[in-house]
Amino acid sequence: MLKIENIHKTFNPGTINEKKALCGVSLTLEDGDFVTVIGGNGAGKSTLLNAVAGVWPVDGGSVFIDGINLTPLPEHKRAKYIGRVFQDPMMGTAADMWIEENMALSARRGEKRTLRRGITAAERDTYKAALATLGLGLEERMTSKVGLLSGGQRQALTLLMASLRRPRLLLLDEHTAALDPKTAAKVLDATDRIVAQDKLTTIMITHNMKDAIAHGNRLIMMHEGRIILDIRGEEKSRLTVEALLRQFERASGEEFASDQALLS
Amino acid sequence: MNITALINALPGACAQGLIWGIMAIGVFITYKVLDIADLTVDGTMCTGGAVCVMLMLNGVNVWLALLCALIAGMLAGFVTGILHTVMGIPAILAGILTQLALYSINLRILGSSNQAISVRKYPLLLSLLHIPQAALITALFIAALIAILYWFFGTELGCSLRATGCNMAMARAQGINTSFTRVLGLMISNGIVALSSALFSQYQGFADINMGRGAIVIGLAAVIIGEVLFGKLFKNFALRLLAVALGAVLYYLVIQAVLWLGLNTDDLKLLTALVVAVFLSVPYLRSKYFRKGARGRA
Repeated sequence: MLKIENIHKTFNPGTINEKKALCGVSLTLEDGDFVTVIGGNGAGKSTLLNAVAGVWPVDGGSVFIDGINLTPLPEHKRAKYIGRVFQDPMMGTAADMWIEENMALSARRGEKRTLRRGITAAERDTYKAALATLGLGLEERMTSKVGLLSGGQRQALTLLMASLRRPRLLLLDEHTAALDPKTAAKVLDATDRIVAQDKLTTIMITHNMKDAIAHGNRLIMMHEGRIILDIRGEEKSRLTVEALLRQFERASGEEFASDQALLS
Repeated sequence: MNITALINALPGACAQGLIWGIMAIGVFITYKVLDIADLTVDGTMCTGGAVCVMLMLNGVNVWLALLCALIAGMLAGFVTGILHTVMGIPAILAGILTQLALYSINLRILGSSNQAISVRKYPLLLSLLHIPQAALITALFIAALIAILYWFFGTELGCSLRATGCNMAMARAQGINTSFTRVLGLMISNGIVALSSALFSQYQGFADINMGRGAIVIGLAAVIIGEVLFGKLFKNFALRLLAVALGAVLYYLVIQAVLWLGLNTDDLKLLTALVVAVFLSVPYLRSKYFRKGARGRA
């Protein structure tokens, strides 16, 4: 369903800040796969998602969804196939616009924007029902500006928006990292529910090894711009944090360096 | 100081303020909706008038002349938009480049630095010889403009423009072509400014190469005055546009008052720049140095 072939990306090439962020990453996802991605800082996790989303052109390699070559398409054209939630709660929504306006914007993802109404009465009812499933009371605040919501509420809303129009691929870039543990758990619950309900093919980056093990049917570990571990199915369901750390040390020849992943 | 002189000058200031109110609504679209400070308007504030006056001098119908002025303004906005999005030039610099280029283009259109058009010989829509009528017609223009913009920013396309100004990363993730929306926004804004320019040149009876100088600052002043005075009251988009137009009227009333108090007209632009600088810096300074509320509660 998603095929990533030999992606290369170097930031600031030829300068002292040169950073080889992705060194020939290849990955194939089946329909309905829910992949969690872990790795230390600078491993290339977010870069991989941005390469798929088309935030900038890659240096080499290609990205296919359902056999369609996305590589030459700009970010806004790829959005037709891809729903995204970012690490920064500010990034996924338009703060000065109402909740319902934000939802109407993403309900039109991949469609031509015309001079029809930006939001219709029938849509409002749909959105209200969808918001109610989050259990955050947002359905009573449809005409509140999103900027007034808390980080957790915004992430939950962004997640809902990403799935409003069923995406072929859902990209979650550490979407709970900026939240307190309780809120993060809530947003993760909502994630599981939405992914299961719509059978979404999903890639979720997380800093938290426990979360990476507990969610999804496949786990990928990245290190220095490469995928060094790919565990799925039965083997993944038996994983523990300790086993994962041992595997990491064996695969990379280094100790896992992110305290955040160990402590949380 | 003669108070009747001031009172006699007020209707004219109102009419002029209303015309500049249209211009300020154009600035509002780039500065507030799209979050771009577009300096093209200093050029378009002359282009519209130049196009309108020259066409009318050549016997073109006044409405057609206004339409052509609007289109000329949109073209200028298009150029700035392309420089900014396709060529990757920062918006502020792209605007400066177009503005500079427009100086030559405006001279070409006018054929000289100034072209007069007499209300006695040509069927002008408005003139400072008939101030109440001019104010009324301009008010009708503003009402129509606000209605159209209110409708437009409620459409899918209008919403995508607002999303672009609000959060570009989000807009792109939602499949919005933010290059297109920015170019479109700049075109709409400059079209409106050129329309205001066309009306203003009719009002004053001439188009002048310098009539747009500092227009962006006057537009910003109107936007800020409108926001400061009516921000708490007017939340609705249409009312916010109205506040901008009222801001422009107030600006001209204040200018009239300080002139009456004896300010040299040569110092006017200095005063305007100072006032706008103060108002633009107030939110920043307040958040930086006067966090009494936040600190007290913490």
